[in-house]
Amino acid sequence: MSDVTRMTAAQIAGLIAAGETSAVEVATAHLDRIDAVDDRVHAFLHVDREGALAAAADVDARRGRGEELGPLAGVPVAVKDIIATKGVPTTAASKILEGWKPPYDATLVERLRAAGTVMLGKTNMDEFAMGSSTEYSAYGPTNNPWDLGRIPGGSGGGSAASLAAYEAPLAIGTDTGGSIRQPGAVTGTVGAKPTYGGTSRYGLIAFSSSLDTPGPCARTVEDAALLHAVIAGHDVRDSTSIPQPVPDVVGAARLGATGDLSGVKLGLVKEFAGEGAEPGVIAAFRESVEALVKLGAEVVEISCPHFEYALPAYYLIAPSEASSNLARFDGVRYGLRAGDDGKRSLEEVMSLTRDEGFGPEVKRRIILGTYALSSGYYDAYYGQAQKVRTLITRDFTSAFEKVDVLIAPTTPFVAFPFGSRTSDPYQMYLADLYTIPTNLYGGPAISVPCGLSEGLPVGFQIMAPTMADDRMYRVAAALESAVGTLTPPEL
Amino acid sequence: MSTTALPSYEDATARYEPVIGLETHVELGTNTKMFCGCPTEFGAEPNTQVCPVCLALPGALPVANRQGIEATIRIGLALNCDIASWCRMARKNYFYPDMPKNFQTSQYDEPLCTDGYVDVEIDGETVRIGIERVHLEEDTGKTLHVGGATGRIHGATESLVDYNRAGIPLVEIVTKPVPGIGAKAPEVARAYVTELRDIIRSLGVSDVRMEQGSLRCDVNTSLNKPGEEWGTRTETKNVNSLRSVERAVRSEIIRQAGILDDGGKIVQETRHFQEDTGDTRPGRSKETATDYRYFPEPDLVPIAPDPAWVAELKAALPERPSAKRARLREEWGISELDMQSVANAGAVELIEETIAAGASPAGARKWWMGELARRANETGVELAEVGATPAQVAQLQALVDDGKLNDKLARTVLEGVVAGEGDPAQVMAARGLEVVSDTGALQTAVDEAIAANPDIAAKIRDGKVAAAGALVGAVMKTTRGQADAKTVRDLILARLS
Repeated sequence: MSDVTRMTAAQIAGLIAAGETSAVEVATAHLDRIDAVDDRVHAFLHVDREGALAAAADVDARRGRGEELGPLAGVPVAVKDIIATKGVPTTAASKILEGWKPPYDATLVERLRAAGTVMLGKTNMDEFAMGSSTEYSAYGPTNNPWDLGRIPGGSGGGSAASLAAYEAPLAIGTDTGGSIRQPGAVTGTVGAKPTYGGTSRYGLIAFSSSLDTPGPCARTVEDAALLHAVIAGHDVRDSTSIPQPVPDVVGAARLGATGDLSGVKLGLVKEFAGEGAEPGVIAAFRESVEALVKLGAEVVEISCPHFEYALPAYYLIAPSEASSNLARFDGVRYGLRAGDDGKRSLEEVMSLTRDEGFGPEVKRRIILGTYALSSGYYDAYYGQAQKVRTLITRDFTSAFEKVDVLIAPTTPFVAFPFGSRTSDPYQMYLADLYTIPTNLYGGPAISVPCGLSEGLPVGFQIMAPTMADDRMYRVAAALESAVGTLTPPEL
Repeated sequence: MSTTALPSYEDATARYEPVIGLETHVELGTNTKMFCGCPTEFGAEPNTQVCPVCLALPGALPVANRQGIEATIRIGLALNCDIASWCRMARKNYFYPDMPKNFQTSQYDEPLCTDGYVDVEIDGETVRIGIERVHLEEDTGKTLHVGGATGRIHGATESLVDYNRAGIPLVEIVTKPVPGIGAKAPEVARAYVTELRDIIRSLGVSDVRMEQGSLRCDVNTSLNKPGEEWGTRTETKNVNSLRSVERAVRSEIIRQAGILDDGGKIVQETRHFQEDTGDTRPGRSKETATDYRYFPEPDLVPIAPDPAWVAELKAALPERPSAKRARLREEWGISELDMQSVANAGAVELIEETIAAGASPAGARKWWMGELARRANETGVELAEVGATPAQVAQLQALVDDGKLNDKLARTVLEGVVAGEGDPAQVMAARGLEVVSDTGALQTAVDEAIAANPDIAAKIRDGKVAAAGALVGAVMKTTRGQADAKTVRDLILARLS
């Protein structure tokens, strides 16, 4: 039989369902692949070989008893290390949580287990999801399988790289400002950010509560949709979860894969289609737009005048919320405790713990957010940013009166070499220039590979109205049918 | 420190006008915590009523308890407040180890209830206390400092934290400043907290017990010379009884007047009331107070109570305790002062129910305010938990009214009831305490007593009726107190006349 690690999740599930392979064989193949390549890729912070094989054996046993299993039963999945997994280390790539084993599962992990997927382990990321390159992981960066000297995007670089390195067919990411989509773009994989509230945040270690959205990562649009369908849906443990049925994303992806987009109106975001992006990115994007037109889509240019303020607004809102969310890491109840020599005061111990436990980008954002929320500055910063957020939301809603989805490149540039953007935070922040508006609005968006620029993958972004996640899957699958998937060089 | 002696309270209030304000925290009696499903029972083993949410484990999220929101709205309505049609919880950010998230989920500029009032009676005069706001928040855990002599953080070798209380819903009730009450300020403060306690107790949303901390009070006090602007205020914490509320205001007025007399300035600060000495000592200075960096809680959706639901809650409010007291005072035919002591003892409902169970107002009040109040006081429990029910008290009184028990026997029976031996009739039967009303048996006892005490009998025969007491005592002794003293006396006098 051919190598299961090269197959899609849908194919693997089909083989297991047909009894042509077992979940244990599939898990073993992926674990072996991780053993073979992860010292070079470093997509994983923790591999749960034992747990994976046990889960796989359970799926095989249930199948043996003739139980009805879900469409992804037996398919391996890698989970971003910011999501709580019962008994399995969860660190958010931070020293402050080194060795912490949650006593509970995140809702989406419960759903993954219930669906019979097999969790391989926890993937690397920028510490607390703050970054666009995984260079801010406290445990060292992940290397892009397309070029090991380049970043895999971030914060969810580990999840995206695990797919591109064929270590996992599916992965879970979280998207606060582009942390699923930008890594997807620069690794030539698919990454979808569902509608905010469409997937539960319960068990997702909070970075920015009003923006954080867990979502699926995969090598194909259909696989992403299958995973989306498993993890999405209302959760009573998350107050911001939307009590509505999940849109039929799998059906939409299959419809799109037929290559017919007649009657679909695409709005090309004028502000994101010209300057600011690398020429190769613009070229690949433009070619893809042509391809979509050939499939019957109508394309109109749409101006979203407030999108240019999205980045500054985001860098006030997200750090403000983060400064409060990360306050709980104080060494009192769990994780690292530094300087507790029996002489130092509680305040000193808390302070030393946080100084030792947090990395530079996390500290930068905590300070930024603390400042933005300070009395006397609140209105000028946090308050003003919330107003900008309202204006950006209006840009989206008025655009969606005219078009079905908005399109833009996912990120202005392809995977960059390590160290090239760490000295200037703003240069790093620009990686999320095109992805952030969606987070501020709360709608869904997907990045799908659309070609290469200088041998490196380019991502095409499709943004849809809230709770119309199916629309983006349809267009993404159609584009995938036209331009094909990308295959990275052999490691 | 000034060496000048402090002025008397009378002098202080003659020279300065106090302005007071009160912030009261009420722990709600919901079954579960405000943002998770943990139980709220008082006194459980440390850290047994906790979960990922109230321990603030990474990734955990809050979900608001509808019961808590409803109770807050009912308190607001009972205090004549406006109820917000839309408001949000807010995060109050500061680091403290007994606060798991290092922020308290509270409310800031969008409280659930605003702009109400409470009327209190002082010497027949009504004083209206304005209510600024009523808002909902969560309680913190408790820190225990061990190894030191004082139980305080200084000198302690270890600090332990119990998170059982963390996340229990708290309602904060803030008054508007109350000026123009002069020397009555301490009384007004006490009357307000008493009235507030009664109102909240009547709503059944909290047991409002100051000694257990389910009702906590901070008192703001400032002084100004007549006609001048209000002075700088201090906030006194650790005021844990109604009496302390009064004492705290009084001592703070005297202290501030002493400083002002010396030409000094009042420092805006938090002070702590000292139960033993009755004065206040400085705590954390407000000038170094944290910037709480409030912002709307993004993990919770806004609270938007349906106006129809609020109207329903309003219509279903119980009778206002003060109105109820006035009505009952009339019905029971007692004085204002007596009614006040009934209310202060927490006996209004108990007496009411005892009367409903058949007792006379005087009989019901006698037991609850007498024997039972004394027992409650001695054992340090609330009257309602003293061990007797209104129905039992009514039965006891009925037995007395029927002549089956005399006062002394009834008290013994009550002892048995409180000890859990059953209803009064059962206790009476089991202990054999019924009044001996069989005149034949009594007559024998009387004759024996006369025979045994010929000297006394002779005196009575000579017309010294007062001497009968000694024979009554002897008969009571032989009947183990179970005879009716008056009957015994009548029998003795009949025999010897």
